[in-house]
Amino acid sequence: MSATLAEPVTRSGLSCVHCGLPVPSPATALPEADGPFCCAGCRTAWQVIHAAGLGEYYASGDRRLAAVTPSGRRYDEYDHPSFESLYGTTLPDGTREIALYLDRVHCASCVWLVERVPLAVPGALAAELDVPRSLATIRWNPGVTSLGTIARFLDQLGYPSHPFQGGRGEANRRAEDRTMLLHIGVAGAIALNVMTLALALYAGWFGSMEAEYTRYFRWLSMALTVPAVVWPGRVFFTSAWGALRARRLHMDVPIALALGAGTLRGVVNTVAETGPIYFDGVVTLIFLLLVGRFLQQRAQRSAADAAELLHGLTPHTARLVTGAGVEEVPSRSLVPGVTVEVRPGDTVPADGIAREGRSALDLSVLTGESAPVSVGAGEPVFAGTVNLGATIRVEVTQAGEASRLGRILRELEAGMRRRAPVVHTADRLAGWFVAAVLVLAAVTYLVWSRRDPTVALDNAIALLVVTCPCALALATPLTFTAAIGRAARQLVLIRGADALEVLSRPGQLVLDKTGTLTEGRLALETWIGGAGLEPVVLGLERHSRHPIAAAFARAWPTRTAAVIEDPASTLGAGVTGRGGDHRYAIGSVAFVLARAIDPNRLADRIPGHQTGVLLARDGVVVAAAGFGDPLRTDSMAAVARLGERGWTIGILSGDAPGAVAAVGARLGIPPERVRGGVTPEGKLAAVRELAARGPVVMVGDGVNDAPAIGAATVGVGVRGGAEACLAAADVFLAKTGLGPLVTLFEGAERTMAVVRRNIAVSIGYNLVGAALAVTGTIDPLIAAVMMPVSSLTVILLSVRSKTFEAPR
Amino acid sequence: MTILYILVPAALAVIFVAVLAFGWAARRGQFDDLETPAIRMLRDDLTAATRQSPPPGPERED
Repeated sequence: MSATLAEPVTRSGLSCVHCGLPVPSPATALPEADGPFCCAGCRTAWQVIHAAGLGEYYASGDRRLAAVTPSGRRYDEYDHPSFESLYGTTLPDGTREIALYLDRVHCASCVWLVERVPLAVPGALAAELDVPRSLATIRWNPGVTSLGTIARFLDQLGYPSHPFQGGRGEANRRAEDRTMLLHIGVAGAIALNVMTLALALYAGWFGSMEAEYTRYFRWLSMALTVPAVVWPGRVFFTSAWGALRARRLHMDVPIALALGAGTLRGVVNTVAETGPIYFDGVVTLIFLLLVGRFLQQRAQRSAADAAELLHGLTPHTARLVTGAGVEEVPSRSLVPGVTVEVRPGDTVPADGIAREGRSALDLSVLTGESAPVSVGAGEPVFAGTVNLGATIRVEVTQAGEASRLGRILRELEAGMRRRAPVVHTADRLAGWFVAAVLVLAAVTYLVWSRRDPTVALDNAIALLVVTCPCALALATPLTFTAAIGRAARQLVLIRGADALEVLSRPGQLVLDKTGTLTEGRLALETWIGGAGLEPVVLGLERHSRHPIAAAFARAWPTRTAAVIEDPASTLGAGVTGRGGDHRYAIGSVAFVLARAIDPNRLADRIPGHQTGVLLARDGVVVAAAGFGDPLRTDSMAAVARLGERGWTIGILSGDAPGAVAAVGARLGIPPERVRGGVTPEGKLAAVRELAARGPVVMVGDGVNDAPAIGAATVGVGVRGGAEACLAAADVFLAKTGLGPLVTLFEGAERTMAVVRRNIAVSIGYNLVGAALAVTGTIDPLIAAVMMPVSSLTVILLSVRSKTFEAPR
Repeated sequence: MTILYILVPAALAVIFVAVLAFGWAARRGQFDDLETPAIRMLRDDLTAATRQSPPPGPERED
């Protein structure tokens, strides 16, 4: 099998048969008849795919180059009746349908694999994937299979899922999108036909067109234009009216004014059979503006989807311990004082105190730290964390909204609601624009009514039409849409144009440490011990699932592991075992010292901010290792670059203050702007405080950063952690490292430069047009040429400008 | 040039049909997701043989 694949040259010379990534070392390669596999996740996925008869997945060389990391969740809550009523719909024929948000779908093979679910899981009827939104619509027969089974299948393939609150809101939005498309189609068809008619009229202007046909064409134009104004064009009038009632001026006011004046005058002139008709201008305007608006709306849509995903983080059911046994109940029904059971793979349903059992929890949802934390009886546990070890029983102290996670999510929502709206440059200009145009129109009318009353009204209306800020209103959304599209190709995903406007001007930048500035995973930084001990360490650590074990394997990819007999692993502490004639113990400093006869001073040589690990041979400490979270290779350059651009940079981290200070010092950030040991709530408060002084950009990677990201003027999520929870950010960097951050800031600056240039161009056009109208020299032909040329110039300028292209 | 009285309405009738067709497609959701279908066709469908006989367990392909 592997022979048919392109095998990249690696240190071990092997590549994983599932994902094609190099197998890091023989020590970590899983010895398998079918293999090699780079990790257990890929092995499971490979077996699952073959068991389902989908072996053809491997027939094509094109597939997802990413190791499979199943989340370990059990998805029991998916089968609870309350889950079904919250997220799913039952179709008339008794089958059920649900929309699930899938993490990590990006490519053609993902579509292929996910949509083959019906072939693999009996009872699954249909699966359809929407790649841009990462949404899978799944239909199944509840009599044959359960949603939990399907979700576990997808998880094993490396697609953890979250429920998507589809149903009602989603259907509405879909309908709205479709109606808008229909409006664009109608307006477009009418615009092209009216322009054809206008062309004939303009040609007849020079030649000799019989009056009969001139009249016929003018009436035809009117018959086509009026429906376009009344139906697709209505949005501009309702929007302008709404703005006026709120005593505000935005771009739609001058647009509605021009559309209204142009149409009315055109109708009057058609009936009176004199003067210009403005129909071609009016319908083109409607068409182009609708296109601009549609593009803008599509970009903003996804932001609304995101907030809903957060609710998928809290579990929906809990295992309540009663006198009769364990009973599954909706987690909303939990009250303080009851005891719940949390099995391995379960998400803790409420805050509480562990009463029975010992286990390790993944607290990343709260702390952003990926290392599991061990808990024992009497220690607090929090809702949303995942049980990785053994079954524990928890006495509930706070549930639902009152839990720590519930409060964080509520803060996040509140922050997103309170966020000050960004005033768009174009809208800010609109107010002045309307005032200027109205004054100018009044002056034109007054001056001309003294000199030649017959053309006074026509000249004033010509002014209104020709100065319609079409280019202005179209240019801004078009530039933003083009820039957002270009950015997406560089894996910088931007929601909404607001973010770009804020990012283009230097302000305050707050960075998270773990996972943002640093790798977010442990790496060996200090090693005091002979090379001869390395195989022993690897051999011992093969029996541990702790991240330290993986870090050793990454540090020494070329070493072979020694054979260890009688291995015994203590969760979260260390491993003991026999190798040759010696007894070894490796683990945390406390674990090893408790088993050592000769506790020498080796442990003291590990730097304070690193996590220490000791190795003892026959009771004598023989080696010491220190682990830290290394800086990403591009962090230094990125921070320096952004500093040069005038950003004030600070660090807020939940990690120990010592480690944070060390990172801050290496990056050259003044100590007063570097803070460690900050809780999610603390981050939120700090960002709020900064936001009072000016725009704040917050960059983070975990749920612990989410409230701060929500409260910041612009929140940026970086790759890592749960993608669903970072969807709350305005910008998501889907490429690891801080390099994309520099791309983002520089791209935003170039985008705003293009916007300003477009505004200048369109104002230039308007000035020329206004001058012609005021002097009364504008005739329909000039207006007809100026309209499309100005729009075309701006469209070309917007689409062609290199906003997010990599320089050089 | 009297023909214009027939030709122009005829042309408009054709456009009307095109707009109707577009409206039908838009309402049916043909334009909802423009990205996935383009990716979907990149991979071949399962052959009939594979679909009919899913092997019972993990098997080797040689």
